[in-house]
Amino acid sequence: MYNLLAVSFGEIFLKGKNRNTFEKKVIEQIRSSLRGFSDIVVYKDQGKVFIETKNEYDMDEIINKVKKIFGIVLISPSIKVEKDVEIIKNKTKELIKYLCSKQNIKTFKVETHRSDKTFPIKSMDFSAIMGEEILNEFENLRVDVHNPDIYVYIDIKNSAYISSEKIKTVGGLPVGTSGSALLLLSGGIDSPVAGYMIAKRGVQIEALYFHTYPFTSERANEKVKHLAELLEEYCGKIKLYSVNILEIHKAIKENCREDETTILARRFMMRIAERIAKDNNIDMLITGESLGQVASQTMKSMIVIENSIDMPILKPVVGLDKTEIMEIARNIGTYETSILPYDDCCSVFAPKHPLIKPKLHVIENAESNLDVDGLIEKALSTLEIL
Amino acid sequence: MEIYLDNSATTKTRAEVMESIIDIYENNYGNPSSLHRMGMEIEKKIDWARKSVAKVINARTEEIYFTGGGTESNNIAILGYLSNFFISKCVDKTFNVITTKIEHPSVYNIFKQFESVLDVRYLDVDSSGKIEISELENRIDENTLLVSIMQVNNELGTVQDLDKIIEIVKSKNRRTKIHVDAIQAFGKMKVDTKKTLVDTMSFSSHKVHGPKGVGGLYVRSGYKINPIYFGASQEKGIRPGTENTAGIVGFGKACELICDNFQAETEKLYNLKKQYGMRLIQKIDDIKINSDLGRNSAPHILSISFKNIRGEVLVHYLERKGIYVSTGSACSSKVKSDNRILKSIGLNKEYVDGTIRISFGHYNSVDEIEYVVNTIKQSVNEIRMIMK
Repeated sequence: MYNLLAVSFGEIFLKGKNRNTFEKKVIEQIRSSLRGFSDIVVYKDQGKVFIETKNEYDMDEIINKVKKIFGIVLISPSIKVEKDVEIIKNKTKELIKYLCSKQNIKTFKVETHRSDKTFPIKSMDFSAIMGEEILNEFENLRVDVHNPDIYVYIDIKNSAYISSEKIKTVGGLPVGTSGSALLLLSGGIDSPVAGYMIAKRGVQIEALYFHTYPFTSERANEKVKHLAELLEEYCGKIKLYSVNILEIHKAIKENCREDETTILARRFMMRIAERIAKDNNIDMLITGESLGQVASQTMKSMIVIENSIDMPILKPVVGLDKTEIMEIARNIGTYETSILPYDDCCSVFAPKHPLIKPKLHVIENAESNLDVDGLIEKALSTLEIL
Repeated sequence: MEIYLDNSATTKTRAEVMESIIDIYENNYGNPSSLHRMGMEIEKKIDWARKSVAKVINARTEEIYFTGGGTESNNIAILGYLSNFFISKCVDKTFNVITTKIEHPSVYNIFKQFESVLDVRYLDVDSSGKIEISELENRIDENTLLVSIMQVNNELGTVQDLDKIIEIVKSKNRRTKIHVDAIQAFGKMKVDTKKTLVDTMSFSSHKVHGPKGVGGLYVRSGYKINPIYFGASQEKGIRPGTENTAGIVGFGKACELICDNFQAETEKLYNLKKQYGMRLIQKIDDIKINSDLGRNSAPHILSISFKNIRGEVLVHYLERKGIYVSTGSACSSKVKSDNRILKSIGLNKEYVDGTIRISFGHYNSVDEIEYVVNTIKQSVNEIRMIMK
């Protein structure tokens, strides 16, 4: 039925002069997200963005993809026709017939929006004409201007656009309009959600994965790669770095107390992340920490971990319960992959009784037994882009 | 360098087998059910393959059925027999079936399914993985429908005494049927179905350097089993569906190669197992060899446990050096669960986690031993240093 998707922007409109840049970013995202489809045209008609396809049967899949693009709030599957009253009438009737075949409809309302003031009939009059036409054609339908079963929208621009359904999408700001951040991506449930939430606010995401091969499997790499790919549907292209920190774990094991392992390792991870971020002009870090979820995520632990670097760390899920995080993970489609049973970094080296109230001077003292800079360099020498 | 020591998981297809497979796809791609000459020609090739497979276990040609693999063979044998009772509805918990605690999942999980409708009896095994004949004897009675036992265990290489088992079963209840999962034994141990009177026996092509997706089922003449799914009359209706012709001929070729050189090949494998076992014991402390190093277990399987390491970590250490082994059994080792089989033989927990399986095949040689054993030693030392 539909050959076109009309795209409505959200908060972008609030951003005044930036509007153009923002719109451009969204259009860029749309193009890249739909690059797998042939015969797609993305264009603007009097301030509104449209996605046109020659293949009607691609429409559902296109909707699925576009739904995930940040910066868009509504999309409506539409029909594009010439600005000819008879043609508009016929296509509108066709659309209503189609909608009646899908659901039980008793009442309707026509709303016309005329951006093109050269079109000879005013909006209100045009709605009335169309309403009459529909009432004549469909005996069972009545007009209800307050609470109709369906709306019929007619948008007169350079072309005429007929639509009925408005689909709510994820909202947010276009990716790349709010700076960039490096996501510490483990194989778990929380970090992909954290990345999603920050990307939603317009941030370009890159990701960093720590592993301890051969203490972890190459399959774990594949799993993280897959998680990054799933996030890319929302965030656009994600550059994924991996760093092997086995040597760091070895050094900690040999020189430090077992219960300090997690905190020490996390401090190393932060330092490595900060280095990679700075080398690549990335503004901030993102973690999937949730307050109190595990030993390294108590407030005291967070203080000690964060103290190791100067860069701000965004923690969008810090106040969410595990079940709330899981719900988001399910909605964005990362949950099923996150729960696959390949060991991630933590499990092999996790101490039996990790510190939950570490003290900074104690941890700093433990680090004095380690060649911190040397170990970081060693780890960075294993840096790979997956 | 690539040293493949995971031949119990699967094997490299032999070059001669590949040739015969390609030949079928290129020159004999007809459907055996077709009336015309092309159909007849491929039918003849399948008959040849059936003969070749039959020869390995000294069966009659018409006792061999081709299937889609070992798992399917086990399912057809067990479900195909028990369905007789379910169809006639004359089954309840007064009837029992017997198997062991160390069966492969393709047998074990069938019996698990039946626990709600039948009395399912699982036999214990001793520390070497063998069942106690006396326990078997005690648990068979006039209501035992089926005994299903694997000939060679896929993780340990333990061999069950089939002749003794059959003698006991048949002396206690003549009507009890015997199914043998011979997937790891086939082509590695001498099996003679004229002397070892099993009712059904399953085997698989890709464990013996044949192609994947083909298996075989031996069904003793005169014994009737039902299909488990339905279609036309291929494989006498027991396994309907157009034959995997190239796979079957490839399997036939692999079996021909087995028979050509059976004695020398198995001698080679026995020697490899012994050499590896001896060297590893000499070189590495806190080690347990779970397989018999002599003739009391299969020639190609060596299970070893190292104290205080993790098997999967050792597997990754070795893969870095081009050596491929497995932890536990490959078909189920991706699933994280306590190892049922290693627990059954009473292996201590600190050893269970550190267990790997080395399994040999046609392409292995004694020249590899030094490198592999040294690499294992280094890796185990390093892992122990880190995990201590």
